[in-house]
Amino acid sequence: MSDGESAIDHDDDHVYLSLAEGHDDGSDARWAFGTGFEDPLYGVDTSVPEGVDAGELAAVCVELADDAVVSAQRLAQWCTRAPELEEEVALANIGLDLLGQARLLYARAGQVDGTGRGEDAYAYFRDADDFRNVLLAELPIGDFAFSITRLLVLSSWRLAHLERLAAHRDPVLAAIAAKAVKELTYHRQYAAEWAVRLGDGTDESHRRMRAALDQVAPYLGELFTAYDVQGEVVEVLRQVTEAAGLPMPSVPPARGAGREGQHTEHLAPLLAELQSVARAHPEATW
Amino acid sequence: MVTVTAIEDVRRARGIAERVPDPELPMLTLADLGVLRDVEMTADGTVVASLTPTYSGCPAMAEMRAAVAARLRAAGYARVRIRTVLDPPWTSDWITPAGRRKLTEHGIAPPGAAPHGPVVLSLLPTRRTVPCPRCGSPDTEETSRFAATSCKALWRCRACREPFEYVKEI
Repeated sequence: MSDGESAIDHDDDHVYLSLAEGHDDGSDARWAFGTGFEDPLYGVDTSVPEGVDAGELAAVCVELADDAVVSAQRLAQWCTRAPELEEEVALANIGLDLLGQARLLYARAGQVDGTGRGEDAYAYFRDADDFRNVLLAELPIGDFAFSITRLLVLSSWRLAHLERLAAHRDPVLAAIAAKAVKELTYHRQYAAEWAVRLGDGTDESHRRMRAALDQVAPYLGELFTAYDVQGEVVEVLRQVTEAAGLPMPSVPPARGAGREGQHTEHLAPLLAELQSVARAHPEATW
Repeated sequence: MVTVTAIEDVRRARGIAERVPDPELPMLTLADLGVLRDVEMTADGTVVASLTPTYSGCPAMAEMRAAVAARLRAAGYARVRIRTVLDPPWTSDWITPAGRRKLTEHGIAPPGAAPHGPVVLSLLPTRRTVPCPRCGSPDTEETSRFAATSCKALWRCRACREPFEYVKEI
């Protein structure tokens, strides 16, 4: 156990354990997923290192988690709508990775912000103006070219920032970031390959990629105000647009303030769908 | 002889935890997969098993925790604790040689060496050779970078025409 390693003991009186025990007959203990909720940071050290501002740390975690959960919800909207089954599976998988990151980040935020809130409190019981995601994440899915272009930009941006956060003084956030970097590398690669394929494809796919870049460009400024990673993201965009024969988008001054809770009209309906079951049955367990 | 008993006890507990199958790749044990990071025993006789998730969103973590605890309790260990270890993050390099052999035997191609160093985007055609786990032919192609679980990609063999899954390097 190094100092940076984030793990301590918790007792094991956990809902899943009793479920598994009930089925334990010496063979595989099996039960369906979705039989209850769990703490994704179960058994991880919950202390905040000296010199780390707990409120600031919680805010950092919530911003990253909100970007992830809103992006995951948009990606999930491609289920049954993607051009091919393989792409639907890919987009859903990317969403699942982001959802996993969000769960860990919300759990960390709840540990350090003094409220002791769980992940569900953040995801299901906050309103649109409490969310801190950047505006680009909440825009409707558009066509496949737009979703790919957005994924390229957001995954490059998140990857560049999380690479830095992997050295954060909070070992839990650092560990979440280090893990997420590996996942985001796959997301960015997937988006970049599709962007090249579409940009360098037919006249129609090229036209749609140009339109998608035009739609994304106005939201780039907000990203670089939030995280100082413009160099890395612009380099990726340059590489992809060159290979795809597409024009390089310009980065306008920041527009929008998702990080201050000022959102487009698109976030509230997204959250309404995401939160409807949890809010209809707030104490439900199954 | 307390010390010797304790050492034997923790060794036995480790053996039990190591043999728990992975919920999504049941031909592998948690030890084969490399997600069981440690099994220790505290002074008061509590068995502490440390697990690490493969992917952030891996839905199998809860079942892994439950299964390890249930197996240990069934083996007579009254006090069991499970820890989640996030650091260092899991890498497919931790899949053991035995685990790789079992994957191949079950028609799943094992991962190559995980990438290290700076994360650079490459748009050059990837010439990764993944031999078909069924017929061994190197004439294979990727059909999807993502598959039925987070850790796998979809491939197909041009020689025997069979699709197969491939555990991704991470």
